Amino acid sequence: MPRQTPSQTIGPFFGFGLVPDQYGFAGTAIGSGTMVTDQASGQRIRIVGRVFDGAGDVIPDALIEIWQADATGRCDGFTNEPPSGPSDAPFTGFGRVGTGARSDGRFEFETVKPGSVNGLQAPHLQVTLFMRGLLRHVVTRIYFADEHEANLRDPVLSAVPRGRRDTLIARCTDSHSSRTYSFDIHMQGERETVFFDV
Amino acid sequence: MTTSEPDRSSQPPYRYPDYVSTRFRAPTLPPLRVPGFSSVHAGPAADGSSFVSLDADLTRNGRRNGEPVGERIIVSGRIIDEAGRPVPGALLEIWQANAAGRYIQPTDQHDAPLDPNFLGAGRCRSDATGLYGFRTIKPGAYPWQNHPNAWRPNHIHLSLFGPDFGSRLVTQMYFRGDPLLPLDPIFNSVPEDARDLLLAQFDLDRTEPGVALAFRFDIVLNGSRATPREA
Ligand SMILES: [Fe+3]
Repeated sequence: MPRQTPSQTIGPFFGFGLVPDQYGFAGTAIGSGTMVTDQASGQRIRIVGRVFDGAGDVIPDALIEIWQADATGRCDGFTNEPPSGPSDAPFTGFGRVGTGARSDGRFEFETVKPGSVNGLQAPHLQVTLFMRGLLRHVVTRIYFADEHEANLRDPVLSAVPRGRRDTLIARCTDSHSSRTYSFDIHMQGERETVFFDV
Repeated sequence: MTTSEPDRSSQPPYRYPDYVSTRFRAPTLPPLRVPGFSSVHAGPAADGSSFVSLDADLTRNGRRNGEPVGERIIVSGRIIDEAGRPVPGALLEIWQANAAGRYIQPTDQHDAPLDPNFLGAGRCRSDATGLYGFRTIKPGAYPWQNHPNAWRPNHIHLSLFGPDFGSRLVTQMYFRGDPLLPLDPIFNSVPEDARDLLLAQFDLDRTEPGVALAFRFDIVLNGSRATPREA
């Protein structure tokens, strides 16, 4: 059987190529932090957070990609519509942000709260993370603190050791305009985020 | 259908101390394997979508007042999955330094000239048979801070979306025979018997006489290990 092409780090200089508009270059990326238009149905939310290294420092050169179901829990709407360039679709299901776009290293996604997939999985966002110093990307999930009942039944969350589930749950910090969730990612340390093998 | 365990034998570890940045950024706990984890997220699909600005010719897409400087090369190859099947419609994005080893990103402090006619970024999709191709400028080596007198070998960064969430890949393509390869901790992080998989092969048949040399770089994406059950 052919062997997988080895992964290599994304390096520090991906910004102009993968998220040019966020880093002040001409050109459009296949995704951004704005995953919806005003026409998207569902509850508008914002996800904000930072990525921390083992020394507790904010990582300013990471790339975060998000995939998600729409507000009704459907993923298939975008499986045939890959990130194929700037889209004016109300909902793309895909987001991409570089943490070097802002001076404080924060990432922000504007989207709608996903529905429960298959009625089985709790609402969640699927996250892929790349950075200098990461030879292979990592994958994690963002669940929502205010979906406690659904979270308890979620098969993936249930497979995570109880003491580490908290690392996957975004905290709600309401603002007046839209609901905001905060979700920090820790590469190492006591609160090391759970990453999944895919 | 049965699905075998993923074969990770060609992949680098997360922590590789010679590559200093891994020390504080590599996860310390092994990734959790949960059956069915990625099944609901199919990811970018194989076909049916058109790119607004597919620019696979990096010798043209950054031109302002002339030709970019450097050695023109054609990079092409086939994208397949682990079962050997072609992956049509895969989205590839590439980015790289210019011929002098300088990125246009302002955070690149390498004291080498920028090329006003070279951007160093492009994208394309694989065709129905999994073939992809770019035309670009051979990137130069550049120094970095990992260890005294550290230089990255010539390389092109590639990002790929295959048929599902699990087939996502970000990697780097190198050139066989580069004297910097044995000294590069990022390249050496890959198990020795798999390093060949990151080396582009000189490909005389695809050169464009009088215009560009050619290199072949085939890519194998994670996934499609499912095999039909025997009847
Ligand atoms: Fe590089």
